[in-house]
Amino acid sequence: MEYLPNILFAIALIAGIGYFAKNVKKLIRNIKLGKAVDVSDHKKQRWQNMIRIALGQSKMVRRPVAGILHVIVYIGFVIINIEVLEIIIDGLFGTHRVFSSLGSFYGFLIGSFEILALLVFVAVIVFWIRRNVIKLQRFWKAEMTSWPKNDGNFILYFEMVLMALFLIMNATDIPFQNMESGNVISQFIAPWFNGASESTLHIIERLAWWLHILGILVFLNYLYFSKHLHILLAFPNTYYGKVKPKGQLNNLESVTNEVKMMMDPNADPFAAPAENDTEDVPEKFGASDVTDLSWVQLLNAYTCTECGRCTSECPANQTGKKLSPRKIMMDTRDRLEEVGKNIDANNGEFKDDGKQLLGDYISNEELWACTTCNACVEACPVSIDPLSIIVEMRRYLVMEQSAAPMELNNMMTNIENNGAPWPYNQMDRLNWKDE
Amino acid sequence: MSQSLKVPTMAEYMAEGKQPEILFWVGSAGSYDDRAKKITRAFVKLLNKANVDFAVLGTEESCTGDVAKRAGNEFLFQMQAVTNIEILNAYDVKNIVTACPHSYNTLKNEYPELGGNYNVKHHTEYIEELISSGRLKIENNSNLKGKRITFHDPCYLGRANEVYEAPRSLLKSLGVDLVEMKRNRRTALCCGAGGAQMFKEPEKGDQDINVLRTEDALKTNPNVIATGCPYCNTMMTDGVKAKEREAEVEVFDIAELIAQAENL
Ligand code: SF4
Ligand code: SF4
Repeated sequence: MEYLPNILFAIALIAGIGYFAKNVKKLIRNIKLGKAVDVSDHKKQRWQNMIRIALGQSKMVRRPVAGILHVIVYIGFVIINIEVLEIIIDGLFGTHRVFSSLGSFYGFLIGSFEILALLVFVAVIVFWIRRNVIKLQRFWKAEMTSWPKNDGNFILYFEMVLMALFLIMNATDIPFQNMESGNVISQFIAPWFNGASESTLHIIERLAWWLHILGILVFLNYLYFSKHLHILLAFPNTYYGKVKPKGQLNNLESVTNEVKMMMDPNADPFAAPAENDTEDVPEKFGASDVTDLSWVQLLNAYTCTECGRCTSECPANQTGKKLSPRKIMMDTRDRLEEVGKNIDANNGEFKDDGKQLLGDYISNEELWACTTCNACVEACPVSIDPLSIIVEMRRYLVMEQSAAPMELNNMMTNIENNGAPWPYNQMDRLNWKDE
Repeated sequence: MSQSLKVPTMAEYMAEGKQPEILFWVGSAGSYDDRAKKITRAFVKLLNKANVDFAVLGTEESCTGDVAKRAGNEFLFQMQAVTNIEILNAYDVKNIVTACPHSYNTLKNEYPELGGNYNVKHHTEYIEELISSGRLKIENNSNLKGKRITFHDPCYLGRANEVYEAPRSLLKSLGVDLVEMKRNRRTALCCGAGGAQMFKEPEKGDQDINVLRTEDALKTNPNVIATGCPYCNTMMTDGVKAKEREAEVEVFDIAELIAQAENL
């Protein structure tokens, strides 16, 4: 029985990490449902972007208040988790504060963790106030109801509780308090427990210790279901993010091939397809569902933090249009999850569910409200490109469904007929010279 | 107004067996839209004044396809692109200057993959070059001196291609009082025309984007709202009208302001 806690600990650890690994596998499988896209270019710039934007949080601090608070939580959270290493060793081997033999350096480490924990605690409270008391507009848009709204708050509670447990655990740890080193913050919490007996203190300490580590394991597994996935995915996402000028949209290769065929006087339209031309299904232009998007766009969707910076800068959204770039990303993720679950439920095959991203999640009205201004792309702190999804879906609407608004059809007919979006004669193109 | 401009075409250059320094890509708006044509003429006056050897494609120019692409018609875009590239390459064009940020973006970023590789500049960048190389001189006694001017960043020049300073440095060289809107450069609000919106009614909402952006501009109390895009120009002009401020506030392209300062 003596080893019971160790065994329980090992089971919790394995279960926690195992379930997490299972979800990561699912995540990767879902992302790979996207179309292949070449991302082997600009290696150096990609690394730089990742270091600058994800690690250095360069885009977060453009909004200084939220930015600096976020940096605190981020650094605090990452560094304090070094402590988890000690917890795991202690838990598995029944030791107590195995690193405390490091002496004053240990004191220094734990001391810094305690300060960070307090800072994180305070920062998270400010975040909570911004969301729930000040009600910053971007957290109260149409798409931020039910789960997304709760999710945002759950994470804050989680962090508050984890930080509190960490400090309580230290405050009630008598040997640690007696060390008089590293208890920078917890020494002020210890007196709250003054009346308690040594054994009660020990129980509280153990309880806090267990809840802390179990909390971390639960948190780890919560990520997959939450916008908080960005703490992991921000890194690959900023690496694979757009490295071309923001104004540059990709040229559809399938269209290039067809246009070349049409323009080439030597091409024989009736020629039998070449031997290696295995694709007899005509290629679909644009995207009506998540599987028509590229895997980078799907990674984007999982990375989205739902911060709403994009939406708050979007000219369409600011003028009351239905479009919200954040919603585009959330819809993409929700639909992708739905497709993933469908695949799980049907032995690894997707079974048509009569639904798709276009129409069931994202409406034409939203898509046609976009001015392609790139404000959303510029604003996103983790290099997400909502615009690319909007354009891909417009392509489907126009090229597969001929469902452009009438005025746009007229405009396009004009371009076809006289090389300008207006119905003017091409021969009058130089008239301005003499007017 | 009908001062005669020297506007040679590529075909004329070709006939003489010569190559101009630059091709001036006029763009559809610059060719047909009444307001934008004034910008085109102003820019040509500057080119004439600086004795730049330039040419236009004239009737051989066709829409770049930008607006079709952004509306989702990739097919039409690439047809336009391939047609234009064929002509540009046949004339062996190397340098292109355009007063339209949409043409600029498309020619510069989207044509290369389709076989069109050119050195493309926005007219504000090119004018800045003409000034710094001494080919164009700005007399510093212009009637614009001391006027309050705010600059609206066109999305396709600014965010899309990160050209923020060329237009501003031109304005400063005119001795004007350059006042920035609260949202400027990379956080500038769109005028509402991009992504084919220019050619359709806005979707349902509670305000027009151009009016919101004009409000941004009016908060700086400007005499002039300057911009560098024919579409932005239309949108801001309409916005000023919607706010009934057209008596005090004018909307000009940077090329027009410089031409005015030069008394051209
Ligand atoms: S590109 Fe479209 S979605 Fe993004 S901010 Fe501009 S209008 Fe909104
Ligand atoms: S796309 Fe980027 S800016 Fe928009 S909500 Fe997601 S993380 Fe925030």
